Amino acid sequence: MSTTVVPPAPLSRRVLPYVMLSPAVLVTLAIVFLPMVQAVWMSLHDYVLFRPKDFAFVGLKNFIAVFQDPVFWVSLQHTAIWIAVTVPAQMLLGLATALLLNQNFPWRGLARALVIIPWALPSVVIALMWVWIYDANFGVLNDFLLRMNLISTSIPWLANPDTALYAIILTLTWQGFPFFAVMILAGLQAIPASYYEAAAIDGASSFRQFWHITLPGLSGVLMTATLLRLIWVANSIDVIFIMTGGGPGYSTYTLPLYALVEARTGLDYGYGSALAVVFTILLLGFVVLYLRRAGRNIA
Amino acid sequence: MMVRKNSLIRRLLTIDLPVFLIICFTLAPYLWMALTSVTEKSKLFTEGPSLTGATLNNYARLFNTVGFGTNLRDSFIVAGGTVVVGLALAVPAAYAFSRFRFKGRRILMLQFLLINMFPLVLLILPLFILMKTLGLVDTYLALIIANSTIAIPFSVWMMTSYINGIPRSLDEAAMTDGCTRFGALYRVVLPLCAPGIIATGVYIFITAWNEYLYALTLGGRHVKTITVAIQTLIGEYQVEWGLLTAGGIIGALPATVMFLFVQKHLIAGMTQGAVKG
Repeated sequence: MSTTVVPPAPLSRRVLPYVMLSPAVLVTLAIVFLPMVQAVWMSLHDYVLFRPKDFAFVGLKNFIAVFQDPVFWVSLQHTAIWIAVTVPAQMLLGLATALLLNQNFPWRGLARALVIIPWALPSVVIALMWVWIYDANFGVLNDFLLRMNLISTSIPWLANPDTALYAIILTLTWQGFPFFAVMILAGLQAIPASYYEAAAIDGASSFRQFWHITLPGLSGVLMTATLLRLIWVANSIDVIFIMTGGGPGYSTYTLPLYALVEARTGLDYGYGSALAVVFTILLLGFVVLYLRRAGRNIA
Repeated sequence: MMVRKNSLIRRLLTIDLPVFLIICFTLAPYLWMALTSVTEKSKLFTEGPSLTGATLNNYARLFNTVGFGTNLRDSFIVAGGTVVVGLALAVPAAYAFSRFRFKGRRILMLQFLLINMFPLVLLILPLFILMKTLGLVDTYLALIIANSTIAIPFSVWMMTSYINGIPRSLDEAAMTDGCTRFGALYRVVLPLCAPGIIATGVYIFITAWNEYLYALTLGGRHVKTITVAIQTLIGEYQVEWGLLTAGGIIGALPATVMFLFVQKHLIAGMTQGAVKG
């Protein structure tokens, strides 16, 4: 811009970008930042929806209650397992898929198009079809495992507290690995072919090429995609909400789910907000890491 | 000749077969759902889902008895409205980010990114209270507003990367030829980034169509989107898997079809930012 116009830039030109931005910024302030502040404000109050008149300021009472709440600690533990299993599983499967889809084979275009389908499906539909697959009496998974003689009796995957969380983790892995595959594939295509040619001339094996060219070349994409996915997986509650609603017992409670259930069924918006705020603060470290990476790319 | 044959077998074993298995893993649940949806109710629990004697009864019931038609309409209105709001706000903002260098640009760009990272659960509670105070619960507007919280930030970033791809020299040439800045935006930039606008629009449509928790919390008897309708089905017709899976297929179809049409543009826009990282 600076090359074409003689200084100083007229006022209208300096104001124009802000004018063009203001609708988007004002709307997001009103519908995102304002509610967020309100959530923090609610968390400092006693606020139960069927007693809306009692909006008493209680300071940190809700937060103290959170840390003394055994369900909070159970949910926190589940959130940790949920992230620690799902994200690496999605990443490894996504990496393998991307490496394969980067090879030459006749139906590559078709395979690339098909592999992303789970990503475009509504989470309600994903939950629905996996509940059907896991069904204790007629589900295809039990049927398959019984026929292969891998199990001797049907397992109620979602009704058993020991398997429910992992069953949902498998569902979420299925839903999320295509995202990694697509991201990593784009990263692979950005690595110059000449690197591989040079390495091949020097006699490097394909494993060494992978280790010394592919992985370093992908590190940026892997880091960004992992952070992004971690934040989304941590936040994602709709699949759990529909598949088990947190049950059986508390065995599939994660922190954001607990906050939602507390507000929706308990109607305790003060305590629910406090849970949501605590969860957000715990997540903030990863968000800051991600924003710093993204910020470096803003030209 | 021998070598070539060996390498073909090797390729089939190391590439085609694993890709085939992965594709099976991604498609099998979907195909299983489709198969279940065309199986007669009486046969489902005796012989299991099968293609022999396929029937569309479940689909007919879905529209005639359960009233899926109105749910589809609601979803279209909400998703379409979100597309309009999202694009109308995001395109000018993206143009400003792409073409101007001004104070606070970086912070403003990052704040849009930050919004996308917020836990939905933190927003959903106050948004419900807000909509209740404004008397907007169970209206299209409430759902469009709620979905915009997701749509606006993402489309601002996507559109910025698309507009960045259009050389600035083009707008400058137009302006030297006597176009105003808005003239240049309208006549040069917008037509050139039409594929980007379409891809962004489709992305917004898909996310709004697929959205569930806002629709559940802010919707109601009058505005009930397809995702909520499917979930209600799960509660009401617990063991009627034929009907349920038919609902799932209908609910997934519009988004999947749209996605397959624009996936190339969409993926280019989505991955651009990350690959540079």
